Amino acid sequence: MAKTGNAVAESDNIVVETAEKIFADLADPQTINNDKTNSWQAPLWQALSEAGLPLSWVPDELGGSGASLADGFALLNAAGRFAVAIPLAETMLAGWLLAQAKMTSPEGEMTVMPASPKDRITVDADGALSGRCRGVPFAKAARHFAVLAHGPDGVSIALVDASKGRIESGLNVGYDHSDTVTLDKVQPLAIEAAPDGVDQTRLMLMGGVARSLQIAGALESMLDISVRYSNERVAFEKKISKFQAVQHNLARLAGESAAALAAATSAADAIANAKTFDDEVYLEAASAKIRCAEAAEKGGAIAHQVHGAIGFTIEHILHRYSLRALAWRDDFGSESHWAVELGKLVASRGADELWPLVASR
Amino acid sequence: MTAALRFDPIRLPETCEQLRKEVRAFLAEEIAAGTFDPHKPNREDTDVPEFSRKVGAKGWLGMTWPKKYGGQERSFLERYVVTEEMRVANAPTRRFFVADRQSGPVLLKYAPEHIKMDILPRICRGEICFAIGMSEPNSGSDLFAAKTRATKTDGGYLINGTKIWTSSAHIADYMIAIFRTSPPTKENRRHGLTQFLVKMKQPGIKVNPIGQITGQYEFNEVVFTDFFVPDDHVLGEVDGAWKQATSELAYERSGPERFLETYYVLTELVRAVGPDPDTRSAEGIGRLVAQLHTMRRMSVSVAGMLQAGKEPVVEASIVKDIGTVWEQQLPHRVRDLAAFVEETATNRETLERQLDFAIKTAPKLTIQGGTTEVLRGIIARGLGLR
Repeated sequence: MAKTGNAVAESDNIVVETAEKIFADLADPQTINNDKTNSWQAPLWQALSEAGLPLSWVPDELGGSGASLADGFALLNAAGRFAVAIPLAETMLAGWLLAQAKMTSPEGEMTVMPASPKDRITVDADGALSGRCRGVPFAKAARHFAVLAHGPDGVSIALVDASKGRIESGLNVGYDHSDTVTLDKVQPLAIEAAPDGVDQTRLMLMGGVARSLQIAGALESMLDISVRYSNERVAFEKKISKFQAVQHNLARLAGESAAALAAATSAADAIANAKTFDDEVYLEAASAKIRCAEAAEKGGAIAHQVHGAIGFTIEHILHRYSLRALAWRDDFGSESHWAVELGKLVASRGADELWPLVASR
Repeated sequence: MTAALRFDPIRLPETCEQLRKEVRAFLAEEIAAGTFDPHKPNREDTDVPEFSRKVGAKGWLGMTWPKKYGGQERSFLERYVVTEEMRVANAPTRRFFVADRQSGPVLLKYAPEHIKMDILPRICRGEICFAIGMSEPNSGSDLFAAKTRATKTDGGYLINGTKIWTSSAHIADYMIAIFRTSPPTKENRRHGLTQFLVKMKQPGIKVNPIGQITGQYEFNEVVFTDFFVPDDHVLGEVDGAWKQATSELAYERSGPERFLETYYVLTELVRAVGPDPDTRSAEGIGRLVAQLHTMRRMSVSVAGMLQAGKEPVVEASIVKDIGTVWEQQLPHRVRDLAAFVEETATNRETLERQLDFAIKTAPKLTIQGGTTEVLRGIIARGLGLR
């Protein structure tokens, strides 16, 4: 992406600046799209690891680089703008989960499970973990799993050697690994009780906001490359950007991109500054996932429409953003799931408490 | 380019929350006293002068303006809170809303001092109502095609022509209008229009009400016949109104009134489905609330940009585009879900009556104050496409 220089200049945060420089150097979208062997992945991961980025949310004393929640969220937004197929968000979330129970993060790729509100891992009296989780992102690439498990004594957080799980490999619509992992009485490397307030819902919302920021980033890039393409492509003897129908489509894409970014950054800000995970934070996080997922559909469709047939080819970079944004909708609870949950919350509070909830900050 | 489309997560400061409590308490008192009915959405049908004066007495009109003109020198974010609470309560804001949002700021910027000293304090006290004279029978979205003439005469101008779709002209004390003082030039078709302050309710002005599909008569045709406007009522540069128009737009296009116009049907639906909704109702309500929340975050963010002295014209246009399309669709989405509401729901009739009105209101929402097409043109220009 020729415009990445802009993004570097825009950022006001050292974590994001570092990441953007690494992405620009090692993950140029056209170059990696042409690379059928994915030989770019190892050097990119190594560079990100050397910069401490995958363990951004892990404090120094637990093996991480101790960045703030806010900086980590900004990093995920930047990662979304590059839409790279590496388990950065997953390792960050896994490290965050382990750190909640003051557990040290190991080196290397991790993922987090469950990755769906429907799945559940149980822990028995011996501390062994069992259960089946579908749609676990990058499970096949992970060396360790950070697991949230339910047992007779409540919620636990565990670190599991990935080779102890049975993995049925799968791909999501963005061609990234999204695997089914079965744990059958697996003894974890470490296990601790989760602190108050850290439960599966909280993990799903945290993951959902991470995905929201990635979707928003992908939409920013889709807007960027669509505008650029419309200013280059000539049809009927003029640039297609001069046709009002195309202009209005791109204006709508800008609106969807802006809405996604606003929803995601607002939710990230709410979580980063939350003292407790109250209804207002729940509204922010659930809304971000719902609205960003809707924007992925509407915005991505416009980006493809503007590009015409060329955007439908595997050689073009557009699908790297459009398909991944669609795939990210499914992780940590789809928009349908969160809409039902948010609707139930609103209904249980009652009609006269809806506006106070919306206008709470 | 995408740098221009940032909506930073602005949070309302503590002063706003204290103010919000005061506004809610005031509105609750007025509702209890029977000044207005919050369940009756056709607020614009009712002109309630005493409510306007009470809001003025609270210091909630012109609240961002300098104290010497009757203002409170408070922030745009504080004004935002007052505006959204009034909207959600269906308060009768018709008499003061345009003056507070739009006309006052224009006068502050362009009117001579003695006019500011005369008029602005009266707006702040809630005593006077303003209308905006933009559209004409043959010029709506194409503002610069306006033909109503202002011809120079001794000490002022003589106005001849017709403005149309002018909301509140039948009750307005003043209008801020654009009239043609010169023909357009070859180089600039926007040249030749001048902004004027017009005192209404005088000979030479005839206001003819126009019926709307909602059953209301809230907009009008305004006919000027040799109507005299003195020189000191010229606002800004003669022939240069086009330079003054754009900064107004960010104020006009991003406020909570751009997505809350039909909000009442959502509240009433939540009431109708009760505390334990079925999956379809819950999913529908959840989506609508997520969309509403997102627009409000965007709108508050624009208020923050205004407070910081920026001119977020493109961002404001995005808020109005997304917000008005949403508030237009809202009654139809609520209707979809209302089909499954139990017959026994106690507010069923209220919901149906509100839906009837909201569905009739919906078509105007993407037209008034800048059509969707005009907004998308502005956004496209911001993207570098035009």
